[in-house]
Amino acid sequence: MMARIFKHREVLLFVAILLLVGAIALRFPGFVAPRNLVSIYNDTAILIILALGQAAVILSRGIDLSIAANLALSGTIAALLNVAFPDLPVIFLLMAAVVSGSVLGAINGLLVWRLSIPPIVVTLGTMTIYRGTIFLLTGGAWVNAHEMTDAFKAVPRAVVFGVPVLAWFSLGVIALMLVLFVKTRLGRAFYAVGGNPHAAVYTGISVGRTHFFAYLIAGALAGLAGYLWTARYAVAYVDIANGFELDVVAACVIGGISIAGGAGTAIGAVLGALFLGIIKNALPVIDVSPFWQMAISGTVIIIAVAVNARSARVKGRVILKKRSMRYECQRSAPCARPTAWPGLPDGEKLGEPADRGGDRDLHRQQLRLALFP
Amino acid sequence: MVVIAIFIVNSFASPYFLDAWNLSDATFNFTEKALIAFAMALVIISGEIDLSVAAIIALASTAMGYAAQFGAGTPELVAVGLGVGLLCGAFNGFLITGMGLPSIVVTIGTMSLFRGLSYVILGDKAFNGYPSDFAYFGQGYVFWVISFEFVLFAVMAVLFGILLHLTSFGRMVYAVGNNAMAARFSGIRVGRVKFLLFLMTGVMSGMAAICLTSRLGSTRPSIAFGWELEIVTMVVLGGINILGGAGTIIGVVLAAFIMGLVTFGFGLMNVPGIVMSIFIGLLLIGVIALPVLYTRLRRRFRREQVQ
Repeated sequence: MMARIFKHREVLLFVAILLLVGAIALRFPGFVAPRNLVSIYNDTAILIILALGQAAVILSRGIDLSIAANLALSGTIAALLNVAFPDLPVIFLLMAAVVSGSVLGAINGLLVWRLSIPPIVVTLGTMTIYRGTIFLLTGGAWVNAHEMTDAFKAVPRAVVFGVPVLAWFSLGVIALMLVLFVKTRLGRAFYAVGGNPHAAVYTGISVGRTHFFAYLIAGALAGLAGYLWTARYAVAYVDIANGFELDVVAACVIGGISIAGGAGTAIGAVLGALFLGIIKNALPVIDVSPFWQMAISGTVIIIAVAVNARSARVKGRVILKKRSMRYECQRSAPCARPTAWPGLPDGEKLGEPADRGGDRDLHRQQLRLALFP
Repeated sequence: MVVIAIFIVNSFASPYFLDAWNLSDATFNFTEKALIAFAMALVIISGEIDLSVAAIIALASTAMGYAAQFGAGTPELVAVGLGVGLLCGAFNGFLITGMGLPSIVVTIGTMSLFRGLSYVILGDKAFNGYPSDFAYFGQGYVFWVISFEFVLFAVMAVLFGILLHLTSFGRMVYAVGNNAMAARFSGIRVGRVKFLLFLMTGVMSGMAAICLTSRLGSTRPSIAFGWELEIVTMVVLGGINILGGAGTIIGVVLAAFIMGLVTFGFGLMNVPGIVMSIFIGLLLIGVIALPVLYTRLRRRFRREQVQ
């Protein structure tokens, strides 16, 4: 029973997070004070939202490197609208950011769907295009806090039931994505398309359209996160969230979402994001220079992906990994069978090397004799 | 073609374009990136990707700065730079081929690990006490306006061209990229080929680190930030199939010139760098999208003719 529970990546990760928090709490009890935990969650909320969007894309065997640029552009659009029309209600600006994010995500999706360009190329290109567009919109200037209306800045910081609205947003997104991934036809299509696109076609799923919706959802969430980001940090300029796309991918990988698609859960993505967020917040507490953060998250990513790979090895590899046979294959000559083994006295041979069509059983017997005399 | 077009457009757009010294300066925009792009091209042809190259530059540069503080001379610094590149490449290669992990995630991880180490060592400080003759690699000229970096770029282009197109190793790289399993069954040591490619990328990143550090004369942990994506763009722009198995070095050379000259030409016209990046992004998608659209249009046209 226990062993079966621990086979789930999410449980392992959850335990790892608890241990991490526990270890810090032993020395610094203040770290687990409810208020601090809420603030850590709040700091991680945007990463969680983006990781869930990225999860949809990665599950369906894509990748969205433009997600942070999308956040920046949508956030800047919301901020500029706010500056230009201070009377517009905030809900409208929020919708504007989500719509802009969706449009940008849809552009990615259309390029992947209709033109079959590899996702990494599309989103690499749109990443620079979206960031460049921010420059065209702002002329390189910053949209500063004093230009934004108070209502615009207040929303993510407002506290409801002791928890900031920013955190509530991310909780809402988590709930939505959980239902989407587990309960809806589209969510299951992500898994089907990522697991085996050909099989998905035969079951009547349109692979391209599924990709499109994955990018659309990632884009919409990036747009939402864009408003939240600009409002929370009260600034918008070309370089906001620069390089954040890699944190987002890292959160997904740590959360056990396979980069090859088809495996992983929404909970995993959330836990992966939380893990990164906790490390980020814990370092100053345990008095480690914040400069360590990057190196640590890099190490964690590598460990996470190594753990992922162990549980999901490609079966085809087993055939290719008969290193013990030590066949020295030349490209032109046929495979030479081993003739001398360390266990045998010098000069004694196992018999003539057979050619390619030789008797395999005989050869195996010789091998066994050589290895276990 | 595109290169010539850009050349002509630029020389009309700005009278300063066709100045030998200006053109020579322009090459610095892309030679360092192109050094890595050659090795990256091979990695991508073999069906993998290395996103940690810019981080390797940062770590190698940091290591060189560290060594320079202990009075290391130029030869030692070069050895340190290449050595760190080699080690980083070996680490990537081990994780990817030795443990069978997907390269895109591994190199995202090592990217933050390598740059992270550089941040740990340097923090918010910078190294800048490099010996004066170290400056040759990034600032020296072999004769007249031909810089050392440009010569290095040309030599490496030829070397990588020979390696990819004229040696059996090059054929192996294509075979691995087209079908790794078939390659393995025909006796190619897929793991070893890929390991060597990652080593090579590491060394080339070390070499680029030497040039860049020498040119800037100082090292910060944020050095070469975001280059990995520019380098991948350069490689894809050069016609290398991102899915592996196809592409040529001459394409990468052309792409390097295109990116360098566009950047430079726009710079002369006072177009800000970020707008150039829009152009490069459009170019990247356009280069791949246009052939697809073209064949689709042609097919439709033919169908109409038949009817």
